[in-house]
Amino acid sequence: MSTAPAQAVTWTPQDYKSDYKPIWCPGCGDYSVLSSVTKAFAMLQVKPEDTVVVSGIGCSSRIPAYTSCYGFHGVHGRSLAAATGLKVARPELTVVVAGGDGDGYSIGGNHFLHACRRNVDMTYLVMDNHVYGMTKGQPSPTTEPDWSSKLSPGGTGLRTFHPLVIALAAGANFVARAFAGDPNGTADILAEAIRTPGFSFVEILSPCVTFRPEQREWKKVVHPASVQWTDDPARAARRVMTDDGFNVGVLYKGNRPPYQPPVGEARKRVADLEKEFAI
Amino acid sequence: MTEGRGRAHVSVAIAGSGGAGVMTAGNMLLEAAAKAGWYGLMVRSSGPQIRGGEAAALTRIAAQPIDGLDDRFDILIAIDWQNVNRFADEMPLDADSLIVGDPDQGEAPEVYVKSPARHAKVPMKATAKSIAGSWPNMVALGVAAGLIGLPKDEVRNVVEKSLRKRSDTLTASLEAVDAGYAAAAEIGADYTLAPPAAKAGSRWLVSGNQAAGYGAIRGGVRFCAAYPITPATEMLEYLAPALAEVGGVLVQAEDELASANMIIGASYGGLPAITATAGPGLALMTEAIGLAVASEVPIVVVDVMRGGPSTGIPAKSEQSDLSMALYGLHGDAPRVVVAPNSIADCVVTTQWAVHLAEALQTPALVLSDQYFGQTRAVVDRPPDVAFVGSRLTAPANTEGYKRYALTESGISPMAIPGTPGVMYTADGLEHNERGTPSSQANDHGRQLAKRERKLAAHDYGSQWADVEGDGEIAVLTFGSSTCAVREAIDRARRDGVNARLVSIRLLAPAQPARLKPALEGARKVLVVEQNFGGQFLRYLRAEYDIDAEIRSFRHPGPLPIRPEEVYRELTEWSRA
Repeated sequence: MSTAPAQAVTWTPQDYKSDYKPIWCPGCGDYSVLSSVTKAFAMLQVKPEDTVVVSGIGCSSRIPAYTSCYGFHGVHGRSLAAATGLKVARPELTVVVAGGDGDGYSIGGNHFLHACRRNVDMTYLVMDNHVYGMTKGQPSPTTEPDWSSKLSPGGTGLRTFHPLVIALAAGANFVARAFAGDPNGTADILAEAIRTPGFSFVEILSPCVTFRPEQREWKKVVHPASVQWTDDPARAARRVMTDDGFNVGVLYKGNRPPYQPPVGEARKRVADLEKEFAI
Repeated sequence: MTEGRGRAHVSVAIAGSGGAGVMTAGNMLLEAAAKAGWYGLMVRSSGPQIRGGEAAALTRIAAQPIDGLDDRFDILIAIDWQNVNRFADEMPLDADSLIVGDPDQGEAPEVYVKSPARHAKVPMKATAKSIAGSWPNMVALGVAAGLIGLPKDEVRNVVEKSLRKRSDTLTASLEAVDAGYAAAAEIGADYTLAPPAAKAGSRWLVSGNQAAGYGAIRGGVRFCAAYPITPATEMLEYLAPALAEVGGVLVQAEDELASANMIIGASYGGLPAITATAGPGLALMTEAIGLAVASEVPIVVVDVMRGGPSTGIPAKSEQSDLSMALYGLHGDAPRVVVAPNSIADCVVTTQWAVHLAEALQTPALVLSDQYFGQTRAVVDRPPDVAFVGSRLTAPANTEGYKRYALTESGISPMAIPGTPGVMYTADGLEHNERGTPSSQANDHGRQLAKRERKLAAHDYGSQWADVEGDGEIAVLTFGSSTCAVREAIDRARRDGVNARLVSIRLLAPAQPARLKPALEGARKVLVVEQNFGGQFLRYLRAEYDIDAEIRSFRHPGPLPIRPEEVYRELTEWSRA
């Protein structure tokens, strides 16, 4: 899946980084994800001015300003909606949406379903650390049921949300799992996701060393998927429902045409619309 | 109401159970009157059922332009009596009224039996049955048209036009209309309209929802995100094909949270964007509207108000979202709020809202309501106005570009994605001039002041309100209540009471410096609005210093503010 650019390299990964210093904790997986994103942009040689990074609220949602591209840092949970409006209005732009598990799977859950279903050509990457970090450690939809916290003493007792299966069921056209601790592998997957038309979903396991220090161990358990991606969502769902949750790689690639109504092609002058009202 | 060669206006209600075709008959009556040169409007009223249930087409036809319903109805035609009593409050009748019922549909409900109106019987069902392929509503249409003196040819033309693809029923329908005309002649009541005023310019037959949609397009809107909600849906349904015709696009959103954020995304991308909703949807959109304030992204949100709170009364009008529109965002969040004050004005005011949103890089809310939205009216073509959205954008490669630069006007050039050398991140977090998130007091203070300044410094021109007359008694109102107020003031003037009208179109930012001269010399101010709590009155008390005695006249929906009740209040108080 190496993606050596055909044309001369104009932009290096560094060119996609802004001069802002991230607010993230030392050791946060999101630093690696930022570096994977900029690497993927460099692989694809997308122009920074034609690329927009859209996000909601949370630690990982701070990422747009850390790139040198256009950015949109909106409200909690609504990044996919804002990105949908943007991409439908401006189909020539490359739109990447980023956020965390609380933003995407809890408050933004409905938009996640409908973004998969709508299949607008954009890439959605979720930095999943199974916790609300910005609000200092509450359980998210992907938190294990027995993880105890101030808000959920003794654990929530709720089964975890399975983003990959839900993305498949809802119709995402590209589904992958990546690991922040492997920035090059993640960059390859992101580049592939951006290149693939339609809605691409990349779940990135991104450890929260502050509130979930045990996630430092993830690097020992993640492993590349032993089989290639499939274009059969049922097979993909079966695979991902029976694996150990640490299988990394592209799981599913479909060929559904993206949703993009025509825009900018006027057939009438505005004044012609009045004829409908004239007596 | 008889004047010269006929009545200046006649109000006709056609009622019956759902499926009886009352709306079809009402629409045809209005269209035929329009074609013949009259003005008029039709309000739809129906029970809560999706299909079936009771329905009433409330029409008023007039020789001169009219904005609203009358206080009473001249004619009620009941195709059947199924729950028609539920509309009794909406269709007041008096001794000058005529009730036309079908003797084969049983006894009229008690409220109508006791009414002082004259009763007439027309066997609409039996007549339709005797003409194979026809329906009672076509008989009713003929009765109505005959009673008010519409030329039969115009009615036939309208029926032919709408049934041209159904040759099986066309002939029968025309025959049923003829039978209705004959029945009307037999009733022997004279509700003949005065001849229409000489045609001045072109006229439209349009609903407020269509008018607002078209106004948005005239203002430059090319993107709409839509989530269906009564009574705003027709505006979205108008925009879906209309936007496509002019190179725009409508996306159906999964909810109102999405539709509000979608229009922000589209507008951030440079395409002027709108959504339309009603109270419950506006409540869901408030967080996103605050984002548009903070990130300075122009958007337009049309609230077609209905009875509230909560699900309230979805298909009936009320002016009760004013407080939410004015104050319903968290933080200090200046925004533009405008209210059209006639169906035709829905075009111009929505267009203006787009212009203001784009020029000021801010959300603009348009307060329409169910009365405007779902009423079809014959109006003079609204004027062409020069309000076209134009946004101050940042040129490529601006040295040291600052998206939220502290300019004198408060308006900062906005970089549009695709423009090189001016990339930035739009943010709902408080930020400094560059857009970098900042929680520092000085950045917060400066950005708050900038966002306030750009709205305060703008010259809104004479569009801010309609000010008519110079009486010592003034009526202060907004939105659809203006229709009844205007008519009440006309009546009062004929009775020698000189009252002035001030209908505020620009509700936010408040314009105390403009209201003061508009009320110069007024000693009494009657505040008229259609809600329970007096939201407009409270707003006036909070934002304006009115040096006059103030009285509030208000009641909630679903009953409209009627000309007569305002007239009474006005004339009694003026003599007090």
